[in-house]
Formats: sequence, structure tokens, C-alpha cells
Amino acid sequence: MAGFDKRVGSYEEAMEGLEDGMTVIAGGFGLCGIPENLIGEIKRRGVKDLTIYSNNCGVDGFGLGLLLEDRQISRIYASYVGENALFEQQMLNEEIEVVLTPQGTLAEKMRAGGAGIPAFYTATSYGTPIGEGKEVREFNGRHYILEESVVGDFAIVKGWKADRYGNVIYRDTAQNFNPMAATAGKITVVEVEEIVEPGELKPDQIHTPGIYVDRVIKGSFEKRIEKRTVREG
Amino acid sequence: MALTREQMAQRVARELEDGFYVNLGIGIPTLVANYVPEGIDVMLQSENGLLGMGRFPTEEEVDPDMINAGKQTVTARDGAAIFSSAESFAMIRGGHVDLTVLGAFEVDQNGNIASWMIPGKLIKGMGGAMDLVAGAENIICTMTHASKHGESKLLEQCNLPLTGAGCINRVLTDLAYLEIKDGAFHLVERAPGVSVEEIVEKTAGKLVVPDHVPEMTFEA
Repeated sequence: MAGFDKRVGSYEEAMEGLEDGMTVIAGGFGLCGIPENLIGEIKRRGVKDLTIYSNNCGVDGFGLGLLLEDRQISRIYASYVGENALFEQQMLNEEIEVVLTPQGTLAEKMRAGGAGIPAFYTATSYGTPIGEGKEVREFNGRHYILEESVVGDFAIVKGWKADRYGNVIYRDTAQNFNPMAATAGKITVVEVEEIVEPGELKPDQIHTPGIYVDRVIKGSFEKRIEKRTVREG
Repeated sequence: MALTREQMAQRVARELEDGFYVNLGIGIPTLVANYVPEGIDVMLQSENGLLGMGRFPTEEEVDPDMINAGKQTVTARDGAAIFSSAESFAMIRGGHVDLTVLGAFEVDQNGNIASWMIPGKLIKGMGGAMDLVAGAENIICTMTHASKHGESKLLEQCNLPLTGAGCINRVLTDLAYLEIKDGAFHLVERAPGVSVEEIVEKTAGKLVVPDHVPEMTFEA
């Protein structure tokens, strides 16, 4: 690795420095746009007691669901955790702490964290159990609660294409949480389907500028579909 | 007769206006997309980051990178835009979505809604629902008027944990279309063949009934 060249040669190198007890922010919505291979590498490393920020927690045997098998996650901030039997079991046994977080609040926690804003006010969840105990302020006659932002030790991101400087573009709705996650890691690792030469991506089409990105690796992806719905052709 | 799911969707669709950006929740709200009136163009927002949701794909068009907020494979229509989840919820919280339609377990006369959690049952999460109800000025709740045991779901005060406080202004049930204002439900229309008496009996919250309550009409 030299200068702006963010490429790393192996997944082992991509997740170098990940330790027990760290906080990891993950992109993805459901199984769409998840960093499959970086999750696989976290599993392989066997690190424990992780705190995860991710909209969902994968499914049994795929995505972040893999990290449940060896009880690597102690706490997860997520908006919806419904599709996963092992998760339910660990939640009921109190082996995993779940901090249910409204989807927009979760996205904003990452965005604000990456942007150097430690907390923000939102009307979301005021008057609900989620807003209870949080600081309330009134602006223009409306109530808002204070939510803290997040910066992770690692952010793991799935892009479509990147150049070796770490400029990233996403494909279709696989974008989702990935751009915010990318800004919010002390070490941000992006895995992509294709690495191109600098200059091949149009500067005004870049979703995540390379300044946020520390490591880039090219992977191959299963891209499992959670709910295949089709119409008659 | 109580409305069918399809009739509920049809009735909600009459509230759509040309040029509306609309977010439809899971269940009956999703069906509303099938009944957009002729000559009206609406843009469907899917909170994972898609404005301009199109039809389901054909088998050949299926793309794992292209899903809606219900995690179903989907297409983008002409004129669609795709963006991050932060951008998506900026639209939602910022009040840029013209109409939100979502289901509920309970609503009350002060516009509170409970839709995400039943204590004692497994809690899966609120997804984007709390952001949607906090951000939208124009929300229609679709729900059954009463439980199978006849217990009203239109209450003086919600019993279940709230999704949002004071945010619902319209409710379409299988029996009636109502507005919520000034701390009461206001009966606007009733389902064909459903009596005002039945609606009164099945509404636990304060209900204001005008002298004349028109029946909804549906084309066969």
C-alpha cells in the first residue's frame, strides 16, 4: 500500500486490527448490499464481544447471522431483526443485547458520526418507549429527543466499483446504509465487485469519496435474495 | 358488509392526488398501488432508498441489488431516483413525502398510533415506522375496526406501546372512514351496508357522528 493506493491483497489484511470488544458499523439492508466476505472474515477471526450497528442482522447462516453461530456479537443496534431463528433464541436467552433503533435514526447516527456531529435532535420516537429517558427539547412548538451519533472502530461496506484511491460507487438499492457506514469507521474497509483505474469513474458520479476509505478489496458475491417476487413476463 | 382488503385499498387510493410522493407500508397499504385512479401519477417512495418504485420484475429482470423496503425484488420506473438511507429518511423526516399509508394495531382519539410492539410477544423492531409517523403531516392508517372478539381498536387512549404521538389524522377501517381532530374521531363515511349504530358500538374512543353519513360506493 502506498500513497493513495488503498488496495489490500487479502481479506485477512482487510480486517487487520479487529479485536475483541470493538464496534463495527455495517452497510446493507436485509441481505441487499451487505459486505458478505468481510463478515466471513470476521467469523474466521473468531473475535468476540462485538458491538454491531446494522439495520438488520442477516438470516440464519448468511450475512451477520453467521456471527451469531459462535456468539461473536454482544450487542446490536438495529431497526428490524425479524428473519432469524438463532437471533431470536439468543435474544430470548439474553445472550445478545438488542438496542432497537428507528431506521432513520440509525442512518443519521452513522451520518452524523462520520460528519463530526456528536448528537442530533429528532422528532422520531418522541412519546414512545424508544424515546423514554432521552433528553427532550422543544423547537417551534414540537418535541424532539436527543440521539447520539456513532463512530465505529471498523466500518464494513459493500460497493459496486471502486478505484484504487478508494472512490466508491454503489449499484441500485444496494447503496442503502453503505455510504453512511463508510464515513463512520475509524478504519473503513470497502469490498467491491470491480476495482478500476483512477480516472475511470467520473468524479461527479462518486458516492463515497476516497478520503473516507482506508482499505479496498475486490471480492466475489453470492447476493442472496430474501424475497424473490416476480410478475408474469 | 365490512370492506375487503381490496376495497380498503381502493378507498385509500381515492385520496391520492396527481403529483403525490407516497410511502406505502406493508400489507393493505401496498395494495393501494394497484388502484391508482386513471389520469393520476404518483411516485412511490421505498424507505431503503428508492423514489419511483415500479412493478415487480419478470423472472429475467430479477436483480438482487434492486429491492423495496419489504425486501421484495422490485424494479424502478422511468423517472425514479435511488439514494442512501440517510437521504431517504431526510425526505421522510423533512416532511417531503405527501402521503403515508400504514397499518396499525390501535389508534386513539388524540392521533396516537401503536403499530410495532405487543408486550409478551417477540419484538422484531420498528423499521422505519417511527420515522414515517413522525415526519409525515398526512397519514392514513388502515386497520380493522375491532378485533375478532369485537374489541375496538379505535380507542380513547392506546394500550400498546406507541409508534408515534399525536400524528395520525385519518383512519380507514373495514367499517368506516374517519378523521381525527380536536381529540375525537369524526365519522366521514361508512362501508356499504354497515350501520352507524354498529360503528358507534365498535368505537371505544370519542366519536363525532354527523347527521348524514354517506355510504362508500365501489364499482363491481
